[in-house]
Amino acid sequence: MFRKIFLLMSAFLFLNSVHAAPPKNSIQIKGSDTMVNLAQGWAEKYMEKNPGEFIAVTGGGSGTGLSSLISGTCAIAMTSRNIKEKEIALAKQKGVNPKEIKVALDGIAVVANPKNPLSKLTIEQLGRIFSGKIKNWKEVGGIDSKIVLLSREVNSGTHVYFKEHVLRKNDPNSREEFAPEALMLSSSQAIADEISNNPSAIGYYGMGYISPKQKAVMVAKDEKSEYLSPNVENVINGKYPISRPLFFYTNGEPQRLVKKFIDFCLSKEGQDIVLKMGFVPLK
Amino acid sequence: MRKFKEFIIEKFILFCGLATIFFVVLIFLFLLKQGLALFKTFSPFQFLSGKNWYPISEPAQFGILPLILGSLLVTLGAAVISIPIGIGCAVYIAEIAPSKVKEILKSGIELLAAIPSVVLGFIGMVTLVPLVKNIFHLPTGLTALSGSIMLAFMAMPTIVSIAEDALYSVPKSYKEGALALGATHWQAIYRVMLPAASSGILAAVMLGIGRVIGETMAVMMITGNAASMPHSILQPIRTLTATIAAEMGEAVAGGEHYFALFAIGIVLFIISFAINVTADLFLHKRRS
Repeated sequence: MFRKIFLLMSAFLFLNSVHAAPPKNSIQIKGSDTMVNLAQGWAEKYMEKNPGEFIAVTGGGSGTGLSSLISGTCAIAMTSRNIKEKEIALAKQKGVNPKEIKVALDGIAVVANPKNPLSKLTIEQLGRIFSGKIKNWKEVGGIDSKIVLLSREVNSGTHVYFKEHVLRKNDPNSREEFAPEALMLSSSQAIADEISNNPSAIGYYGMGYISPKQKAVMVAKDEKSEYLSPNVENVINGKYPISRPLFFYTNGEPQRLVKKFIDFCLSKEGQDIVLKMGFVPLK
Repeated sequence: MRKFKEFIIEKFILFCGLATIFFVVLIFLFLLKQGLALFKTFSPFQFLSGKNWYPISEPAQFGILPLILGSLLVTLGAAVISIPIGIGCAVYIAEIAPSKVKEILKSGIELLAAIPSVVLGFIGMVTLVPLVKNIFHLPTGLTALSGSIMLAFMAMPTIVSIAEDALYSVPKSYKEGALALGATHWQAIYRVMLPAASSGILAAVMLGIGRVIGETMAVMMITGNAASMPHSILQPIRTLTATIAAEMGEAVAGGEHYFALFAIGIVLFIISFAINVTADLFLHKRRS
């Protein structure tokens, strides 16, 4: 009896150890929620063309992706922001050498409910709205209604980007923060859902998430500049004021399968997928 | 040989018994080690009484007062809703319901306990949140109240099943005596059964609350997670648990933010430990 149990247990242990080693022909990709759909699109097309190779994509946020890369649990971290000094230091400490590869561009759309009559804002106004200095839509020429701020959680690259470029206007000494009243939602989709139900809400996310249920607000650098919509053309020519590059990070120069996959993403076919997913190709 | 077998089994069971304690101690030590590291660079007073939670700014601000109050507010709301309904339900099942209804109700409650919290959170998000928004004419329905209602559903199974147990274990002679003295059914329940089972019912309530305060997924989905000081139950709040869950992925291991999240873990551990100990005291009181 006991011998049987012992055998069973050792069999389990053995099975587990077999499972723990990842198969050689698979890649784990982890990181930015903004990029999950895009990476999934690439992965599906790639796997279709290369049967027998397997690519798993998971979200969680840019920070999550980079910490997985550093701890060695994924081969590619996808991020919607640059790696931080602290993260590089930590990676070096663990013997990981993060290599940055730009794979696509993204415009951050500022979105409101289609019922909201307001259609354009300047960066200055956006900064004041999201830091809680402007609390009512009528202060920026809208209806008399309290503004409901929707933001991503702090693990989101989009959150960090928006804070640095809109709230703080690229000023490293600025101490602006999101208003404490801002609702922190855990995904871009959650913001999209709340926006489509709430006429007084404003939020932001990658332009790939815009649907007819939300309205993208036109944004201008300052009052004298042109108000522009977040679309492919305005992002490629660099006119739309809140756009950013999207990155893959790998440990050292990409090798074998990882290299093959990234080459595919950067190819004409890969960049067509970028466009199809609502993002902006590099060229 | 048989003696030897006996011996092995005995030791194995002893090991199982000790293992749980051992793990709890290990977890607590790990929490302490990681969490206390924060206080080398950040004052504990600032941590507990600060009103701003900006963990990734330079310099970071780790004030968890709004988070503590947020957790307490949601829990209080859930308690106000779930305790009367839970105890009422337990009394009905234990004392009044005919045996057929009783079986159906009991399995219904077990089923309620089996619904994963993420599912409850999702249902709350699509049904309850818009409802709360429209009823109270709020700018958003992602509020402490929505969280409280959803959490009340989660606390109820615990409260009902333990309170029902407590009522069931009151000796039959108490009730028979009361009835024999001419008390009505309700008088017997209210004046004899409930007081006799009171410590068990209190334990049920405490365990229900313990479940609520530790709940993460559902509150993260429907309370809005805004780390502002709560003034009313109709505004968005952020709880301790949701903060840990939402930010753990980003926190650089070994950084200040990472330690701060562990320090929140200590606060949570202390709160739920206190609740469990109180519940235990009541339970022991009942037994002796």
